[in-house]
Amino acid sequence: MSLLRITHFTLTSTLGNGRNAHVDALLSGTTGLQQHHFDDCHLSCWIGEVKGLDTPLHSSIKQFDCRNHRLAWLGLQQDGFLDAVAKLRENYDPTRIGVFMGTSTAGIHAAELAYRQWRQHNDTHHALPDWFDYQHTQNLYSVADFVKHALQLNGHSLVISTACSSSAKVFAAAYRSIALGLCDAAIVGGIDSLCLTTLYGFNSLQLISIDMCRPADVNRRGISIGEAAGFAIVEAPQLKHDLHALPFTLLGYGECGDAYHMSSPDPQGHGAATSMQLALSRAGLDPSVVDYINLHGTGTLANDAAEDKGVTTIFGTHIPCSSTKGWTGHTLGAAGIVEAGIAMLCIEQGLLPQSLNTQQKDPSLNANILLNTQRKTVRHVMSNSFGFGGSNCSLLFADINALNKAII
Amino acid sequence: MNQLISYIEAISFVAPGLPDWHQTQSVLRDEVAYISSELVDYQPNLLPSNERRRASPTVRMAFRVAEELTQNSSIHVDQLACVFSSADGDLTIAQRICRALAEPARLVSPTDFHNSVHNAAVGYWSIATRTKGPATAIAAFDYSFATGLLEAHSMVQIEKRAALLVVYDVPAPPPLHVNRPVAIPAGTGLLLTSVCTANTIAGISMQIEECTSTPCSNAAIEALRTSNPAARALPLLQTLARRERHQVNIDMDNQRCLQISLHSINKNEVHL
Repeated sequence: MSLLRITHFTLTSTLGNGRNAHVDALLSGTTGLQQHHFDDCHLSCWIGEVKGLDTPLHSSIKQFDCRNHRLAWLGLQQDGFLDAVAKLRENYDPTRIGVFMGTSTAGIHAAELAYRQWRQHNDTHHALPDWFDYQHTQNLYSVADFVKHALQLNGHSLVISTACSSSAKVFAAAYRSIALGLCDAAIVGGIDSLCLTTLYGFNSLQLISIDMCRPADVNRRGISIGEAAGFAIVEAPQLKHDLHALPFTLLGYGECGDAYHMSSPDPQGHGAATSMQLALSRAGLDPSVVDYINLHGTGTLANDAAEDKGVTTIFGTHIPCSSTKGWTGHTLGAAGIVEAGIAMLCIEQGLLPQSLNTQQKDPSLNANILLNTQRKTVRHVMSNSFGFGGSNCSLLFADINALNKAII
Repeated sequence: MNQLISYIEAISFVAPGLPDWHQTQSVLRDEVAYISSELVDYQPNLLPSNERRRASPTVRMAFRVAEELTQNSSIHVDQLACVFSSADGDLTIAQRICRALAEPARLVSPTDFHNSVHNAAVGYWSIATRTKGPATAIAAFDYSFATGLLEAHSMVQIEKRAALLVVYDVPAPPPLHVNRPVAIPAGTGLLLTSVCTANTIAGISMQIEECTSTPCSNAAIEALRTSNPAARALPLLQTLARRERHQVNIDMDNQRCLQISLHSINKNEVHL
């Protein structure tokens, strides 16, 4: 049974602005990762940077100006998303259109710049610079607040910040709110932008790869950090207006905790397995129905090994799976929405993407990691997102037409 | 849909001068005057001793609330869906990282980094209590109580699980306290169930309406209400303590409120 219809979505990442840029990169096997320096970071690593974030936000949303919200605004302008939201506002009361956003660090880069300027005063009694607006940049809720302002919506809104599962969990929160009658439709999404906090922070945990990230590779060394903004319009399964609706549906979700460690996954993959099983159970589907799993696949030793155990526990060793972080980098709080979007592109395009950058598959991994991109009919895709604190979320997307056929 | 009832099994409130729900209740009933006094540092019982020593004031506040809510619960703690809600998370850690990044060496502490995530408190809670069910960390600025309550209510109604709502914020350190003036540390929470139990205090249903927040009748408590996002719960808590009205409004974003209706429980004696 459909839990939510996904009637529109858009993605902006280092692969480019909008869905077509992502399809092109996936089909051509072109990574967006570059050996490049963000701000004045001199760590030796690869990053997935979005270009074109140098223009300050315009007058009505000026107070939100920072890299994170410039990225959000760039993302909202792709794929006719603003027009689609305008139509949504005609179809529904704008006070009943929810906004559910995921982020891990919001506009913390603005705070990093403020403290850098503050330090130059060499006086701890001095205030942070006047231009620094905590509420509209660094504060996590500013992400949802910005989206509400930019889209002129006034419904129920919140930010979920559970590290790298944040913008997967927004689908579950939106489903609950719509099922409860708090909203009729919602904008779900996620935004995370490059900042020194995550670059130096993950580096301090020795989780940043000096090489490009190579998920599932025997020589994988860790993550490459990326940035992204993604948004989707979700509505109750019985659409009021479906003329231009994309044919996607959320059939299931699983949310669970490892209860193991703050920054390492349960090595047995129990949490990953439970998360995937919960999504299948919610959908009432057998694992054999799923055509492809988009893995969390960060490229760290621990994640890829634990997730492999989880996948093979539930699905066995034949189901095609891959991580697409070799294309986008790990976009942290935006990873959930980016990979939900890629899952839907896989359905739309009939595409099973390869595990990009994987040169030699780790022989200790038993899942069927795709080393070459395949084209075939794809109806059901699972997407995994796992975060610090043992926060797991799996989403199961399907082609609504396949669902209708199955019912007939 | 708006008549769906979640049942309150336990209440917690913590702020300067109000160390637990029992004492808060006496003040809210005007049985004793409110006198602000600094909170004694809380030692979370459920954290292992090494982590207890290192736990930040934010994590301590979250545990203080969660431990008060679950100490006499009829539901096993590892069965609870967890909704932790905080406007600002751990700004002491965020500031320490930003200051480290402003130094030439850029030595970010790995412990600080993994504790800087907004779900650190709920992560520690799930590890400490072996809770493997759904757990979330939400942020909704000054409206984090009402927003967290809605999320916990939706967990109860849609997932059919008892839910632990924990809302907490502590003041930012200088110089950030100027940019984000949260005057006092405070925490609050509710343990909500989908069915009435022997411990049920009251039933609540809720909807979002265009209206203004219900003020607290006591001026000192009303001043407290706006001094920390968690304290925005006080009009609801006052109503629960006094049983004096059936409806209460709590601030949400954009001039809207969560309108909460209280439903009495049919028992001979209600132990509040």
